[in-house]
Amino acid sequence: MFDTVKLNTDQSILQKLQHLGWGMVFLVSLVACIGFAALYSAAGGDLNPWASKQIARFLVGLVGLVIIALIDIKIWYRLTYPIFIVGFISLIVVEAIGHTGMGAQRWIDFGFIQIQPSEFMKIAVVMALARYFHAVGRDDMRSFRFLLPAFVLIGLPVGLVLLQPDLGTSLMIVMAGITMIFLAGAPIWMFIAGGIITAASMPVAWYFMHDYQKRRVQTFLNPESDPLGAGYHITQSKIALGSGGIEGKGFLQGTQSRLNFLPEKQTDFIFTLWAEEWGLVGGLFLLFLMALIFIYGIAISLNCRHAFGRLLAMGLVVNFSLYVFINIAMVMGLIPVVGAPLPLVSYGGTSMLAALVGFGLILSCNIHRDSKLPRMQ
Amino acid sequence: MNNSGDRSKDFTRRAFVVGAFQGMALAVLGGRLAWLQLAEGGRYKTLSDKNRINTKMTAPSRGEIVDRFGVPLAINNQNFRILIIPEQTNDLAESLQKLTNLIDIDDRRIKAVIEKSKRSASFVPMEVADNLNWDEVAKIEVSLDDLPGMSIDEGEVRSYPFAESTGHLIGYVGAVSKTDLNGDPVLTLPGFKIGKTGIEKSFDKELRGQAGNKQMEVNVRGREVRELEEDASLDGKRVSLSVDAELQRYCQERLAEHKSASAVIMDSKTGAVYAMASQPGFDPNLFTKGISAEQWEALMANPAFPLNNKAISGQYPPGSTFKMITALAALEGGFSTPNTKVSCKGRYEYGKDRFHCWKLSGHGNMSITSALMRSCDTYFYQLATEVGIDNITVMAKRFGLGEKYGFDLHEERAGLMPTKEWKLGRYGQTWRPGETIVSSIGQGYLLATPLQLAVMTSRLINGGKAVKPWLVGYVDDKKMYPDQWPSIGIKQSYLDLMKEGTDRVTNHKEGTAYDARIIDEGMEMGGKTGTAQVKKINRADRARGIMNEDLAWKYRHHALFVGYAPLDNPRYVVSVIVEHGGGGSAVAAPIARDLLLETQKRNPAISDIKLSNVIEKPKQYV
Repeated sequence: MFDTVKLNTDQSILQKLQHLGWGMVFLVSLVACIGFAALYSAAGGDLNPWASKQIARFLVGLVGLVIIALIDIKIWYRLTYPIFIVGFISLIVVEAIGHTGMGAQRWIDFGFIQIQPSEFMKIAVVMALARYFHAVGRDDMRSFRFLLPAFVLIGLPVGLVLLQPDLGTSLMIVMAGITMIFLAGAPIWMFIAGGIITAASMPVAWYFMHDYQKRRVQTFLNPESDPLGAGYHITQSKIALGSGGIEGKGFLQGTQSRLNFLPEKQTDFIFTLWAEEWGLVGGLFLLFLMALIFIYGIAISLNCRHAFGRLLAMGLVVNFSLYVFINIAMVMGLIPVVGAPLPLVSYGGTSMLAALVGFGLILSCNIHRDSKLPRMQ
Repeated sequence: MNNSGDRSKDFTRRAFVVGAFQGMALAVLGGRLAWLQLAEGGRYKTLSDKNRINTKMTAPSRGEIVDRFGVPLAINNQNFRILIIPEQTNDLAESLQKLTNLIDIDDRRIKAVIEKSKRSASFVPMEVADNLNWDEVAKIEVSLDDLPGMSIDEGEVRSYPFAESTGHLIGYVGAVSKTDLNGDPVLTLPGFKIGKTGIEKSFDKELRGQAGNKQMEVNVRGREVRELEEDASLDGKRVSLSVDAELQRYCQERLAEHKSASAVIMDSKTGAVYAMASQPGFDPNLFTKGISAEQWEALMANPAFPLNNKAISGQYPPGSTFKMITALAALEGGFSTPNTKVSCKGRYEYGKDRFHCWKLSGHGNMSITSALMRSCDTYFYQLATEVGIDNITVMAKRFGLGEKYGFDLHEERAGLMPTKEWKLGRYGQTWRPGETIVSSIGQGYLLATPLQLAVMTSRLINGGKAVKPWLVGYVDDKKMYPDQWPSIGIKQSYLDLMKEGTDRVTNHKEGTAYDARIIDEGMEMGGKTGTAQVKKINRADRARGIMNEDLAWKYRHHALFVGYAPLDNPRYVVSVIVEHGGGGSAVAAPIARDLLLETQKRNPAISDIKLSNVIEKPKQYV
């Protein structure tokens, strides 16, 4: 019945713009604006040094988002593997020449901008998996043979990111990948078995962890044990959040952040700053916006007529949501400090650009939801 | 196509599962946020305030000490210091180097700070420089941002404008020692000073004031961002003294020619002390500005004990100034009458012992007044053998000898007026009558302070009123002295007799202090000389080779004089002791004359103690 419906597969630019999904752009912009306000406050009521740069990046990224969205999904489909390979190579480059920051090699310095390839690699992995599963028949999903290439697509970048070492990002790639496998229709027993194996391999993982990672896990389990050492960040963050109360301390009035008790308030702990100043009301409002973004993204995914678009859009929403969950759970002391930014809100070029690229691809799925993509190519 | 449709449905199902997980995750986050901000909010609010609020005590300003005219004797000068907290600097040496470009600091001082920083905790503020002037403060203030870890601290430093003249009287302040801690939180303030001697010590509680509290918002590095709340400190009270500062200065300077001396000028009617000097003096500013090791050594090595206030803590045999007491004890006890005559042959025999009058050729026939005038010893030897020591001591105590007054300076000593019982208790020996004879002329065991002799003299000429001396007139506006004094119950005719005798000492050609009389009409003085034998040089001393000049000084007689003026309705009383000065008439009496003359000219008694500054406070004393 789908083949009878021949809808705007060859839309004009104007038509495409009409169907871009401006609601999503609005939501994304709103969340970004919360970020601007928080960064303005983090600087003590000053656009410099963070808010102004962040706004500039966002505007550049927004243009990129629209361009990415307008590019035909078929082109993205064809570019999937080349992008994956470029991403993979840049991860190797990072390993070779990357700078060392925060005890881990993550950056490539192009002089004018520092790029964190692992951020883009996450998108590349989702794209690659979407393309792979697009081509694999549903019945084939029952066979482990067909899942093996997916594991390779996940495993190769994860291995390299682990080498950096960046446990947080590797786990996020793994989780996003597993979700993709689940969405693609892999049998349920595999996830149960996988869960058991993961639990069993925890002690092994512990053995291979870096000292700073072990410390983070330890202090997560008992942050007050070392209030001035490694547990300091999380204790101060909880104090900031808790002292915000229902209505918050008011814009520019967050004492914990203004007086620098809050570490890395412009990056990883931006949610804390926001919720200290705007309280439960502001915190829940931000979570509500995030929920709307998820729902919007899932709706786009479900409206897609091709498996690639469905998987890509859903995978990117999951990827985005993982960031949100991990960052916010971290600052509230629910999980160990892993060093993940809050996408669209935290200060940082790569994270902002990666998030907007992701939404650009989601909106490309939206515009081109009725495109016909061949099963094999 | 079917396959595709099934696949789409399966995806939708699975997408809803993923969506449900996301919803759950958001719900957990929202729940956690609500838990932290609602249920735990109060606790975290407290923790947040504890983080940012640094409560610190603020020091009260120490109360001023002023003289009776409101002239400041102890004040607080502004003291700007530069403090540095090593922890807040990137490089301590570099920061200090920057500072030297702005103001003059000794290289040694810089080195000392760096050395000290290695030994103390890095968050403890250290003083880099103090006593900065306004120019320096301004220079540093504007470039404070380039001097991380440095701050300007505005403190106070106690200053004594009259320096050496009031050293003993006012005393000085110093750092709080462990034994001073008594629970008053203000004492724990770094750099807080409390009174160590003099009025500063005895009225420390009143002068000290109460600490305030200041709540400062601090950032994570402990730097103060702003003030939140202040519970102001309560400044110390103002202490107004009975002293006349100019007279005090004159008094101190008048004694300066002697190695060791002291004098008291007081009001015989009220007990107010107008001046009280002890030579050598010391500059109390040395102690507040930081005394050097050499200066301290010099003070300690001085055989004349410059730090002792000899006017109240020096105990001397009163010598002949005591003779009025012996006379009154005899008269009151009925052992003699105003007409009792004694023939002086220059010596007095008692049993096997022989006691000499100072005039070996003898004074001839003596009455009480002529005995006082010429200070004949024999007359009093004769009386004493009949009166006995206990009666003499009872009389002495009625005149304020041998006891403490609870004077405004804690350094006061009681002196000594012996009794038979006392000697038995002290030495386990019975009193020998010869000792009474020696006591009658103020020798032997008897000891009195210059202040006590002034009080004795006051009671002799004020109609027998039991005045006690005092220095502090008012604490703020609270009056600290009584208006009336009880009588000591001595017959006025006897007192008149004493006055007649002491009048003749200075105003009769044959009087022992005639040469030191006051000739200015209406200002004439009366008084009594005294020459106290210190110690007989015994054989053991000689064996140790006590021959040199210094030790010889140590064993010379003390020169004493107690006097009053004017003759008609006397008001002012003076007592002077020149340690090892020689004779009372030649050495002590001229000083007493000058002091009484100056006192009468200034006439401090004419005005009450003023409670407000009439004299504009000088900006800076050195």
